[in-house]
Amino acid sequence: MKKLAWLVTFMMIAGFGFSQENTLSKNRPLPSVDIKDVKGNPFNTLKIENDGKPIVISFWASWCKPCIKELTTIADVYTDWQEETGVKIYAVSIDDARSSSLVAPLVNGKNWDYIVLLDQNSDFKRAMNVGPIPHTFVLNGKREIVWQHTSFAEGSERDLINIIKKIKNGEEIK
Amino acid sequence: MLFPSLIILFCIIPLLTNAQDFIKGSQVSGSFECDAQYYLKDSKMGITDSSLNGRLSRMNGFTEINYSFKNFSAGMRFEAYLPPLVGFDTHYEGYGVPYWFLNYKNDKLEITAGNFYEQFGNGMALRTWQEWTLGYDNSLRGLRVKFTPVDGITLKGIWGVQRNFWDPYSSNNRGIVKGGDIDIFLNDLFSGLKDAKTKVSFGGSFVSDYQNGKTTDILIDTMIYTLKLPENVATYSGRLNLNVGRVNFYTEYAHKINDPSALNNFIYKDGNGLFTTLSYSQKGLGIFGAAKIIDNMSYKSNRMVTDNQLDINYLPAITKQHTYALAAMYPYATQPTGEFGYSGTLTYTFKRNTKLGGKSGLTFAVNFSKVNSLSKDSIFVSSINGMALNRAGTLGYKSNFFTPGKEVYYQDLNIEVDKKFSKRWKGIFTYLSQVYNKEVVEGHATDYGLVHANIGIADITCNLTYIYSLRAEIQGLWTVQDKGNWIAGLLEFTIAPKWFFSVQDQWNYGNADTQQQLHYYLVSIGYTYNTSRISLSYGRQREGILCVGGVCRYVPAASGLTLTVNSSF
Repeated sequence: MKKLAWLVTFMMIAGFGFSQENTLSKNRPLPSVDIKDVKGNPFNTLKIENDGKPIVISFWASWCKPCIKELTTIADVYTDWQEETGVKIYAVSIDDARSSSLVAPLVNGKNWDYIVLLDQNSDFKRAMNVGPIPHTFVLNGKREIVWQHTSFAEGSERDLINIIKKIKNGEEIK
Repeated sequence: MLFPSLIILFCIIPLLTNAQDFIKGSQVSGSFECDAQYYLKDSKMGITDSSLNGRLSRMNGFTEINYSFKNFSAGMRFEAYLPPLVGFDTHYEGYGVPYWFLNYKNDKLEITAGNFYEQFGNGMALRTWQEWTLGYDNSLRGLRVKFTPVDGITLKGIWGVQRNFWDPYSSNNRGIVKGGDIDIFLNDLFSGLKDAKTKVSFGGSFVSDYQNGKTTDILIDTMIYTLKLPENVATYSGRLNLNVGRVNFYTEYAHKINDPSALNNFIYKDGNGLFTTLSYSQKGLGIFGAAKIIDNMSYKSNRMVTDNQLDINYLPAITKQHTYALAAMYPYATQPTGEFGYSGTLTYTFKRNTKLGGKSGLTFAVNFSKVNSLSKDSIFVSSINGMALNRAGTLGYKSNFFTPGKEVYYQDLNIEVDKKFSKRWKGIFTYLSQVYNKEVVEGHATDYGLVHANIGIADITCNLTYIYSLRAEIQGLWTVQDKGNWIAGLLEFTIAPKWFFSVQDQWNYGNADTQQQLHYYLVSIGYTYNTSRISLSYGRQREGILCVGGVCRYVPAASGLTLTVNSSF
């Protein structure tokens, strides 16, 4: 039984590697997951959009210090970024029932202008294969994932805006 | 049966479809993590050859792969614990595929076969979830159907059995969980309300757990009694979310029928739970209040289990979750047998170019929470012809649901100031005052009663250049109880976006036992490339409790080398 499990895993990876090479498009679209908006009302992730302009999706939580640092740092320059590139940032909180109702007052209290979503049971996080947070995705105008990054270090927001600018200018992201 | 079907699912189908070249638009994604530790002897910490038992290197790891094609998706997770890291449940030892699913989803209907994570409302009746760092996974394996007949109404039905480490299901080792949930969002249901300022959603759930076994024998005083057991235990709950502009109100109530278990000392009293939050917020200001009452609400699919496993419902703590090392020294976990708690938070940002705000603004947050026991009265028990509290085989007690008991379980007042001084300098300053009932929360007797601790933390970041930054943390914890005073320091250097280096030390200088005035030093280095991260650390790990959400895990003292690799694609 156990040998079989190894075999399955191995074959699966091989199988996928095979099919990936030939037929997969490089950029991944968003999965459809039912989560909630910041007010606790239903929201499907396919509604994430920005009229053909770049989108950032950032996974965070109220208890995650580097996440708060990243979002606070970006909040300082968000207006400039928007003027320059038209980018829209979705901040997806993975706070569960313990702290999810704290998210709206926290976001307002911190004066953030992001669109905040609640992913209480990590359904969207799982569908996006997010492990440790913060984890940030950049989507192109067709709402395809073209870049992602995990963790935050002071100054890495500059890499993020550079990617967003490239997307706005229609450049290829490696 | 399972594995052959998995082979067909994951290997044959992709290869076949690949050959026919009609899966343009299919997607593969996944993630990977490996946590490995090499343990060293440390005589000062009491870690010897015999306590390590020769198992010096240990590893927890997983790979998860998801595949999607149009409305269809499938996925699986392979896990290996060879052997599990110190502090994780030893039942995890081994490897296999504990999680796999097949899913079909369109606008109205979603069907899942295999494992799934589900939450009804806030989870007081049902929540299955997974947290890798805790080694927690109570996923259901079975069937789930989600149906949206019209916009604004969502119906869910689930039927399955829960994961319990690697144990295969048998009717003797866990129950079968079934449930249904309805969620109604009025503003979507009635088109006239679509743009209304007031948003209303409400819902209800019903969950039933069937456990085999009509009786059990237990020892009460000196006699063995045979207890009649309810084979079906049902829980139902109702909830309401009301949003009027800046004000949000949420409430959820759950009721569970009699469910004698090892955790509640086999009493037959029904359980109740109530969770309510109210918040007001506008730009620059957030106010939040919450209250939670829990009365005999432990709900597991095996009534004999007392550890963190086979939980059907979710009872998170109402207190703030702290992440600074010393602030997290005394974390609280919900007491499912009964508690009465409340909490409040205020967050305010002083605008730029005001007296307190300065050039870049200042954010101030204060949070207070308190949890007491629940007030319970003894009841008359005919078999002993007298009053008794929580006696097995009886209704247990009479609860005064809206009355807090006298015993303090936890209290926390914390104040945080977040200030950017200039482009280069910023800081977060925190003060906490905590009261912690170690006897109740950790379940072992102490000779000092409650722990009263004062904690101060300064976290300062200096951006040396655009890519180099230096961060320092200084923390102090002062208490005359438990292990006495602590001081901690951390220095972290990052090169954005790829590198980090840190050194830290926690020093228990106030321990009454001078032999135990130890330094817990740790040196770490990490490298991140997009979504891949590798980190290596060497040093000591202090004994403590790691909590995420409502579940805590005991982390034993350890010394050695830790390697963590994770990636997603």
